[in-house]
This record gives sequence, structure tokens and C-alpha cells, in this order.
Amino acid sequence: MIPLIQREVCDNKKWMKEQDILEIVAIAESTPGPIAINAATFVGFRTSGFLGAALATLGVVLPSFLIISLISLVLTEFQSVRAVQYAFMGIRAAVLALILKALWMMFKASKKNAFSYFIMAAVLVLTAFVKIDAVYVIIGCGLFGLLWSLLMRKEHSDDTA
Amino acid sequence: MILLELFLIFLKIGVFTFGGGYSMIAMIQYEAEQHGWLSQSELVDFVALSESTPGPLAVNMATFVGMKTGGVLGAVLATLGVVLPSFVIILIIAKCYERFKTSKAVGGTMLGMKPAVVGMIGTALFSVGRTVFFPGGLQADRFTQASFWVFLGIFAVSAVLVFKKVNPIKIILLSAAVGIGAGYSLNL
Repeated sequence: MIPLIQREVCDNKKWMKEQDILEIVAIAESTPGPIAINAATFVGFRTSGFLGAALATLGVVLPSFLIISLISLVLTEFQSVRAVQYAFMGIRAAVLALILKALWMMFKASKKNAFSYFIMAAVLVLTAFVKIDAVYVIIGCGLFGLLWSLLMRKEHSDDTA
Repeated sequence: MILLELFLIFLKIGVFTFGGGYSMIAMIQYEAEQHGWLSQSELVDFVALSESTPGPLAVNMATFVGMKTGGVLGAVLATLGVVLPSFVIILIIAKCYERFKTSKAVGGTMLGMKPAVVGMIGTALFSVGRTVFFPGGLQADRFTQASFWVFLGIFAVSAVLVFKKVNPIKIILLSAAVGIGAGYSLNL
């Protein structure tokens, strides 16, 4: 979706510079929420303030919303058909492969050190087996990361002092 | 009451969804289990449908779960809930981007949260895997049932195709066709 935004916003409408788009991608990836939504909000805000942000976000959400609502209605209608049930049995196995790919992509993009591996394993155990609400686990990880980076910096400044 | 609950829970999920919709699956699954909103297999179906329709995965999933649990109004509130946190956070950041970018506190927090996303997707893989291969719980005779091997085959072929960067929609359609074929011929 990012190349699409770039073409519309930079080349066609000349609302922003190419460099701004890179900045937006960086922000969208390091803040919560879908990247597409974050990018739309940011472009909208930079271009015409709060109202722009609200309208751009609404614009990007509305098509998905309408399509999904429609599919939901159709799905309820056909749920009891045997062929549909068989189709979904097959599809579920394929979804597992999509999740595996997402896992691999995120793993590849993350830092490869003991601290990282420890958090990955701890989160997996706590959410999959101990079944703690993921929200608390993620807050814990954030605090742990903050504490860790403070300790590291202190150690580092002690070394140089 | 269920509408308010839907909104608040998707608001919570919206705040903590980093790095794309896949890290959200485990969270939705947890909430769905707690509230009895939908079955595990329905949730997996929603992931498949969300992946094959345009739009962000997270938004599509919220709309699906909202629609299933609370009708049209539920869909509106769940979608609003999942979008609102991003919207507010981006507005704040758009105003003070330079400070956000260089903030050591933000950097430190992200240091812990980024690997957490990998763990969350790991949990999604684990629980969806259980739903696909062991829908009736872990039983020894599961390995003698034809359906287990059919699913394993579909998973293996899909995994190869996914990593070869074949379009997910094609993979989903193919697996649906195999599911229908195997379903009727083996009478699953």
C-alpha cells in the first residue's frame, strides 16, 4: 500500500515530499496499529490537520468495512453447506502456513541477541501455555526493555568514565 | 452490554497491536475464549477471509468478530475500537515527531516490545496449529485418521508456496479446492 500512497500523495497531488513518506513508514512501523491506518492518519494530518486525518482514516477503513460486512452476511447464509465446510477445513491448514511465514518475517527483522531470544521465548510460554492476558505481557516487555536499556547505558558510561 | 465490551476490548487490542495484524490473532483468541464469542475454528476462518480481502488484516478481523458477535453495530464499534488508538497516537506523534524519534524512553520500550511480537505470533502459530490438527484435543488415535494427514499435506504444500512468495489468495483458493475434494472423496 505504501507505493500507492507515495504515487498519489507525492507525484499526483504534491502534498508531501518523497522523504516524508519514508519518515511515515518508519513511524507507522514502530507505533501500534495497522501500518495502512497509521500512514493514512499521518498523511491526512500533515496535509490538512485534524479533519484531514479523520477523513483520510475513515477513507482507508470504509472499503474494508463494507466488503467484510457483505462477506459476513453471505457467509452466515452458506455456513451449513457441506462443500463450504470442507473448503474451510482445507483453508485452515493454509492459514497455518501464512502464520508461519509471518513468524519467520518478524523473526528475521528482529535483533539476534540473547535479550531478544529471551523475550520471544518468555512471551510464547506466558501467552500460549500460562495463558496470561497478552496485554500485561507486552507491557511487561516494554518495561523490561526500558529498564534493560537504562542498565546498559549506565554500564556503558561507567566503562568510559 | 456486549457492544460496549466489544468496543473496549478492541480498543485494548488496538493499543497493543504492533507489527501487523498477525500479532493480534493470539490476543483475539484469548478474548474470544474468555467471552465465548466464537469458536477457535471460526477465528481461523476469519483470518483466512481477512487475508483474502483488501484492507488491513487488523481492521478486517475486528469487523468480522464484531459482526459475528454484535451485528452491524458490533462491527462498527469493534472497528472503531481497533482504529482509534492508532489514530490518537499518530496525531500525537505527528505533532512531536523529532522528540519521539530521539526519545531514549521510546527506544528502550520498543527494544522489549519488538521481540514480544515474535512471541505473540509464535503463540498464534501454536494455537491455530492445535485447532487445525487436534480439534478434539490431543488423542493418540488422531494419527490414524485420514483428516490429520490431509491437513498436514495441505499445510506442507501451502508452506512451500508461501515461502516461494505465491499470492496468499491463490494458496487459500487452492487449499479450499483440496479441502472440498478430500472432504467428499474421503467422507471426512
